Amino acid sequence: MSMERFVYADNAATTPVSEEVLKAMLPYFREEYGNPSSIYQKGRDAAKATRLAREKVARGIGAQPEEIYFTSGGSEADNWAIKGVVEALAKKGKKHIVTTAFEHHAVLHVCQSLRKHGIETTYLEVGPLGVVKAEDVAAAIREDTALVTIMYANNEIGTIQPIAEIGKICRERGVLFHTDAVQALGNLEIDVKAQSIDLLSLSGHKIHAQKGVGALYIRKGVRIPNLIEGGGQEGGHRAGTENVPAIVGLGVAVEIATRDIHARADKTRKMRDRLIDEITKLPRTRLNGDREQRLPGNVNVSFEGIEGESLLLMLDLKGVAASSGSACTSGSLDPSHVLLSIGLVHEVAHGSLRLSINDQTTEKDIDHILKVLPPVVEQLRAMSPLWESIVKGENKY
Amino acid sequence: MEYSDKVLDHFSNPRNVGELTDADGIGEVGSPACGDIMKMYIKVEGGKIADVKFKTFGCGAAIATSSMATELIKGQSLEEALKLTNKAVVEALEGLPPVKIHCSVLAEQAIKAAISDYYTRLGVDPLPIVGPIKDTHCHAHFH
Repeated sequence: MSMERFVYADNAATTPVSEEVLKAMLPYFREEYGNPSSIYQKGRDAAKATRLAREKVARGIGAQPEEIYFTSGGSEADNWAIKGVVEALAKKGKKHIVTTAFEHHAVLHVCQSLRKHGIETTYLEVGPLGVVKAEDVAAAIREDTALVTIMYANNEIGTIQPIAEIGKICRERGVLFHTDAVQALGNLEIDVKAQSIDLLSLSGHKIHAQKGVGALYIRKGVRIPNLIEGGGQEGGHRAGTENVPAIVGLGVAVEIATRDIHARADKTRKMRDRLIDEITKLPRTRLNGDREQRLPGNVNVSFEGIEGESLLLMLDLKGVAASSGSACTSGSLDPSHVLLSIGLVHEVAHGSLRLSINDQTTEKDIDHILKVLPPVVEQLRAMSPLWESIVKGENKY
Repeated sequence: MEYSDKVLDHFSNPRNVGELTDADGIGEVGSPACGDIMKMYIKVEGGKIADVKFKTFGCGAAIATSSMATELIKGQSLEEALKLTNKAVVEALEGLPPVKIHCSVLAEQAIKAAISDYYTRLGVDPLPIVGPIKDTHCHAHFH
C-alpha cells in the first residue's frame, strides 16, 4: 500500500525537535563545547548559556532561576521530588503521601517503592470523568502527610486537574505540593507562585526539545536531599557536568511553548473537537475523560469489540501514528491503569485509542485521520468474535 | 514491538477470515477481558479439513497467528492438524516477540477446540483424541 500521507498523532508520547531548538543547540556541540565549570572564555560562555536557559525555563512557569534544577527528564524529576521530600520529612514523623490512582508510573511506582520504607500512600479516586476533587485532597491530608503529588494533566486521557485549588489547600495545611506538569507545559498556563506549587516536574521532549532533558522546580525554602553527589553543578544538588546543548534547547523550547499559549490552544482545540465529534459518531464508541477539562490536543476514545494494538498497526499502515492503553501495547497483562481508574472494564479499555495532536497538526491531517479510522474500525470489528457477540446483545459494556 | 515481515503480511492481509455457516466444528478460546478471543470454524470432508475460517479479537500477533494457523491446517487430515504446535506457527511466521508467544498457543488451542467440537457433534468423546484444551494465559482481574 502506498503511503500518501503520514500523520503524527502521538505528540503526548514525544515530539520532534523544532528547527529553532535545533539551531540554538548546534553551536554547543562543536564550537561552544566548553565545560560551564571552567574558568576560561569557552567555559564562561557555556556557563552563560546554561544560565540563560535556566532563566527561560523559570520565566515559563513563573519561578526564579535559582529554583530550577535541570534533570535528565520528567521521570527523574518526579523521582527526586517525591523521594527527596519523603526523605527530608520522614525523620520528622511525616510518613504519608496523597496522590491519585492515575498518576504517571514515574510517580505511582515511586510511591509503591516507598511502602517498604514505611511510607503510606493514599491513592485518590478520580471518578468517571478523570478529575480529582480538591475536597477529596483536603479530606485525605493527615497530621503525618509529607507530600501531595498530583499531575497537572493526565498523559493518557488529557484531563486537567484543579491544581490551583489543590495548591491552596496544601499551603493552608502546611503540606508540600508537587505536580508532574510534563503534559501541561506549553498547553496550559503555569504559574507556580499563583498556584502555590512547591515542586514541579517538566520534560523537554514533549515540547520540541530533545529527549533526555527536563527540570525540577523546587520552591526556594523547600529543602530536599541532593540527588547526585559530586561537583557543584545545579547548586550542588545534582552533580555532573551539564548537558549544555540539551539545556540550551530546553530553554528555547520552554520559551516558545509558553508563548501564545491561548492562540495555539484554540487552534488545536478546534481540531480536537472535530476529531471527538466525528469519531464518537461511530457506534459503541465513547470518549474517555472529561470533554471540557481536557488538554487542547488530547483525544482518547474506546471502540467496543476491537483491540488497541491491532488498531494501531492498522492505522500505521494507513499513515497514522497513535497510541493505545491496551494490555498488548503496555507490555503487561492489564490494560492501562488510567482507563481502569475511570471505571472502564478491561474489555473496553483494550479497545482504546489516544490521538494527541498539537498546533503543528493541520486540518488536512484531521481529514486523513477521519478518512482512514472508521474503515479500519469496521474492518477489525468485522473479524472480531467479540463484536459479533456485542451486536447480538450477548455482551454489554 | 518488532514484528517480522511475515507477521505484518498476515496481519494486514489475513487469510481465511470469516465464518463458515455450515461448519462441522467451531472452537473458541480466550476471553474478552484478556484482550484476545479466537474463533475457528472447520469444514471436514473425508477426514480432512476441507475449509477453515477464523474470527479474532486481539492484537496484531493474534490476528497473524490465526491467519497462519488456518493456512497451515487447510487441506490437512485431522490427525495432522492436531499435531500442529504453536512452535510451528511461530516458525512459519519467522518468529514472534517473546510477549506474543501466547498468541501462537491460543491459535493451536483454537484448532484443537474446533476439532474437539467436531468430534462432540459426531457423538465421539474428543478427550482421548484431542486432549484437554488449555486454559488461556490471561490472569487479569475480572470485573
